Amino acid sequence: MMTLTKEKLTILREPDVIFFRNKAKEYAVKIGMSLVGQTKLITAASELVRNMLRYANGGEAILEIVVRNNIKGVRLTFADKGPGIKDVKQAMQDGFSTGKSLGLGLPGAKRLSNEFDLKSEVGKGTTVTIIRWKNGL
Amino acid sequence: MKSKTASFLKKNKKQLLEAWMHNQLADSTLRDDLITNEELGKQSEELLDSLLKALGSGEFNADSDVFQPVVDIISELSITRARQGFSPRETSLFVMSLKRAFYSIMDKEFANDPALLYQEAVIINNLLDTLSIITMETFIKGREEVILRQTDEINEISTPVIRVWDGILALPIIGTLDSARTQIVMENLLQMIVETGSRIAILDISGVPTVDSLVAQHLIKTVSATRLMGAECIISGIRAEIAQTIVHLGIDLSNINTKASLASALKLAFNMLGVEVRRGEKKSII
Ligand SMILES: Nc1ncnc2c1ncn2[C@@H]1O[C@H](COP(=O)(O)OP(=O)(O)OP(=O)(O)O)[C@@H](O)[C@H]1O
Ligand SMILES: [Mg+2]
Repeated sequence: MMTLTKEKLTILREPDVIFFRNKAKEYAVKIGMSLVGQTKLITAASELVRNMLRYANGGEAILEIVVRNNIKGVRLTFADKGPGIKDVKQAMQDGFSTGKSLGLGLPGAKRLSNEFDLKSEVGKGTTVTIIRWKNGL
Repeated sequence: MKSKTASFLKKNKKQLLEAWMHNQLADSTLRDDLITNEELGKQSEELLDSLLKALGSGEFNADSDVFQPVVDIISELSITRARQGFSPRETSLFVMSLKRAFYSIMDKEFANDPALLYQEAVIINNLLDTLSIITMETFIKGREEVILRQTDEINEISTPVIRVWDGILALPIIGTLDSARTQIVMENLLQMIVETGSRIAILDISGVPTVDSLVAQHLIKTVSATRLMGAECIISGIRAEIAQTIVHLGIDLSNINTKASLASALKLAFNMLGVEVRRGEKKSII
């Protein structure tokens, strides 16, 4: 996999969510992703940025255009230095929430992405990476 | 620290003010549409007076109490300028150009004592730098206030509740539905339900760019609150790509009335109220 374009944004406040989402849309449009694809990517991004703000007081979001086997995609990385997730398997379940919320953010983001990776260490932080390919379902 | 600057500056106040005004007016970006020369002269003299008075105390630290009146004047001025739409350049120039005026006067006064000139210049420099920083800080604070006020205004004007039919309200929601917006939408809606005795509210989300779990949760809350008031909600304007995304996200909207368009939502509302809309005989105009 090769990276063509890369950009890093700091997420600290609520308005950063909208700004980041618009950036993600820009990247998706740039590689010619379909409208459904764009919407799925942006919604997944929205969930992950919000988690970062809510549970880790913010963090860093990286946008990339990547290529693999001649196919382009958008890769988004969300890295925070928050409390980390104790039980990742539990957090990935529909309806699990420590924030009295719907508990759909993480599992939903996974379903909305083509590739999903979550690494978390208690006391160190959490990093989530997702990819949506141009022609992804 | 002892300094000769204070006393000699006082003597030269008139020249100082002239030089300063000259510097300010010489800048091509000066907004003479926002401020008259006379007003600028008045502001400049006021600041200079209070600055010279503070310097007279022998104190040169802008953070000390004697400089409070100076800081107050500068803050007031920067905030006002931010609100009036001055640029950062125009605003910072106000204090920066005073520095140049000080230098030109001191240059003459201490011409034969470079060591003293240097010493005095450093003092003045530090002082005016601090004042410049205060200028910029308050200016930015002023701009932020303007932005916050605009955000509030946008929130207010972009959440109208429209009475489309007897007993039917429509709320076109445009933009992101964050917590603050939801609060306003909900309050406006519930109040209108009481005022008009409406039984159906149509929430149209055609103008909402992203429906994530937070937005969905806000929608569900609004629907529940409406039901508690004895009215029913229909959510319309769900675009195809949003529908697919909601399903993948796992949000369950199955016990909420949803329609693709405002027109079909209105049809459903008529149905629920037992209203029949029919095309009548075309009446002749002549
Ligand atoms: N970046 C993070 N740092 C620490 N904990 C996290 C982070 N992201 C998620 N979590 C934990 O994982 C749980 C599940 O997250 P998920 O996004 O699925 O649900 P939620 O945020 O609680 O609700 P929703 O996203 O539906 O509003 C959260 O309640 C939280 O405890
Ligand atoms: Mg979440």
